[in-house]
Amino acid sequence: MPRAFTPKVVTANALLEGDVIYQTVSGWSRNLEEAEVLTDEADADLRLIDASQQQELVVGVYLADVDISGAAPKPTHFREDFRARGPSNYAHGKQEVKAHV
Amino acid sequence: MYNYTDFDTAFIKERNAQFRSQVERRIDGSLTEDEFKPLRLMNGLYLQLHAYMLRVAIPYGTLNSRQMHVLADIADKWDKGYGHFTTRQNIQYNWPELRDVPDMLDALGEVQMHAIQTSGNTIRNVTADHFAGAAADEIADPRPVAELIRQWSTDHPEFQFLPRKFKVAVTGSQNDRAVTKAHDIGLRMVERDGATGFEVIVGGGLGRTPMIGKVLRDFLPREDLLPYLEAIVSVYNLLGRRDNKYKARIKITVHENGLEDFGARVEERFALIRPQFGGVDQQMLAGIESDFAAPEFRSAATQDYEDARQHYPAFRSWADTNLSEHRAPGYAIVTISLKAHGATPGDATSAQMRLMADLAKRYGHDELRISHEQNVILPHVHKNDLPSIYSALRAAGLGTANIGLISDIIACPGMDYCALATARSIPIAQEIATRFDELKIEHDVGPLKIKISGCINACGHHHVGHIGILGLDRAGVESYQITLGGDGTENAAIGERAGPGFSADDIIPAIERLVMAYLDLRSEPAETFLDTYRRLGLAPFKAALYPEARANAA
Ligand code: HEM
Ligand code: SF4
Repeated sequence: MPRAFTPKVVTANALLEGDVIYQTVSGWSRNLEEAEVLTDEADADLRLIDASQQQELVVGVYLADVDISGAAPKPTHFREDFRARGPSNYAHGKQEVKAHV
Repeated sequence: MYNYTDFDTAFIKERNAQFRSQVERRIDGSLTEDEFKPLRLMNGLYLQLHAYMLRVAIPYGTLNSRQMHVLADIADKWDKGYGHFTTRQNIQYNWPELRDVPDMLDALGEVQMHAIQTSGNTIRNVTADHFAGAAADEIADPRPVAELIRQWSTDHPEFQFLPRKFKVAVTGSQNDRAVTKAHDIGLRMVERDGATGFEVIVGGGLGRTPMIGKVLRDFLPREDLLPYLEAIVSVYNLLGRRDNKYKARIKITVHENGLEDFGARVEERFALIRPQFGGVDQQMLAGIESDFAAPEFRSAATQDYEDARQHYPAFRSWADTNLSEHRAPGYAIVTISLKAHGATPGDATSAQMRLMADLAKRYGHDELRISHEQNVILPHVHKNDLPSIYSALRAAGLGTANIGLISDIIACPGMDYCALATARSIPIAQEIATRFDELKIEHDVGPLKIKISGCINACGHHHVGHIGILGLDRAGVESYQITLGGDGTENAAIGERAGPGFSADDIIPAIERLVMAYLDLRSEPAETFLDTYRRLGLAPFKAALYPEARANAA
């Protein structure tokens, strides 16, 4: 039996800054909470292809699992957790940006 | 120090201009990522977890104060005000933006630095003993030889697409501070009948299949060095496996073909190419050697130093751990710890870099070194200047007295930065250092090397740590495996796996049990952790790590 499709988001790094980004319904966001959650496999494949073609914006596109039991998507694996949050030794990257808003 | 020739300067300029145009073409869309990636890697530019990372070579770990100042300026202007010094005598910037990198490379070029061959399947930055030119136990300064190898290997047309990366380390001392036995080629300068030559070691390496290098030649005359290296690398280039990335390193080539067969091929090739080296290389070496002439050491009393030792316990403690014996009377080698308890191993802020540069300029004949243990060294300091240096360091958070102790940990970037990581390394290093600082037993425990990697690539050298820690992903949870008894010196050894891994919460208590067991087990305070381990073997340490297993068996 094929494994059931689990919810995913399309993620990548921004070409210019290298930042971790997520595909939203209309573009890209640095914030996982704004990501478009894909629950249908065929849909996810299409969105992935679409994202992969945006070579002038992004690098290293892939699908990452998310947990959608809460109000906003959350990472299921610790690697995606660090990607969403930034490094743990300094408040750099995303944490820094958030600290300034 | 070696000074660039006009040729070198023009070469770097040209190369940077080329890369600038490649970056522009990537940004305007005329190059795809697949086309661009090999080009950026040829210039030391990686894409990591949260950002780009620029890896800059510090050849054989040697810098002057001006270069260190530029490293600090780059950190301020294009990064986040700090840099990360690595085990391969590089500095890594963790947050550059793509369009700034050509400017960063130009700034480096102004002070004769670059990022060429810091990545890719080519001969990487040549590393050397960080006490080169200063150590009391030195036969000869290994840096001129390392510089010669750098010139020979940079852009060497035959060696730009080797089966895999290739690392060379050189030492001129009996005590191996360059981990030569864990390199693709390790060179140890040795003396025979009054002449210096090289012991040539091949096929060492860490990573997935760790191996200790084997001696291919016990004495290679100096003048044969480049043709012999060329013979080794070209045999590897032909024979090395390209079918499997994990089997592509020379350690596997030597292992699969046998040292004898490999050596025979090298000798055959060597005989063939030796005549092509008509002595120009030796003339070049002579020129390079004059660049590395030792500074003029002054002779002065060391009374201020003795007084400070007597009156200031903190100074004495620092002097006891962070100084090493210099070959000139009245001088010392200072190792500046980049391992303040709880800090990220190997990181220095731009202000710290500038301070170290200024101290080198004022008191240290304008020389600095970066060690493979992620610390910074002032190689030539008169002892009377040490009290001033210490108070300046201390004020800048650089006065930690822990060189060679349990908190002087090597840790790779791990999953806080590295795209290949399976777990974090930095927080584990931070917690261990903090824990043992709280316990106040660090100095009692004595020499002990903990090395941590966030994946099996072993950038953090965990295989050669007395205590090695390897971060793994066990079903989506960070897990840490311990190895014991590794050694990166002339008695190099790969550590043994102690047993099942520990969770992130359990690893610090496990290390604490291990160290407490050592304190109980050692025959006398002078017996080091590694000595005790070698005397007693794994069993008693395993029992300390896994007390429940012992209880269950009873
Ligand atoms: C974050 C960026 C880094 C990446 C992507 C990276 C990648 C790698 C990879 C793929 C290997 C395995 C190579 C092989 O066995 O064929 C490796 C090994 C190694 N790296 Fe790194 N590394 C990084 C940072 C570092 C740092 C920061 C250090 C020093 C702290 C370092 C030092 C080493 C060393 C010593 C080895 C072992 C070499 C051997 O095989 O003997 N690397 N690295
Ligand atoms: S050991 Fe692994 S996690 Fe650590 S820097 Fe090397 S490749 Fe990255």
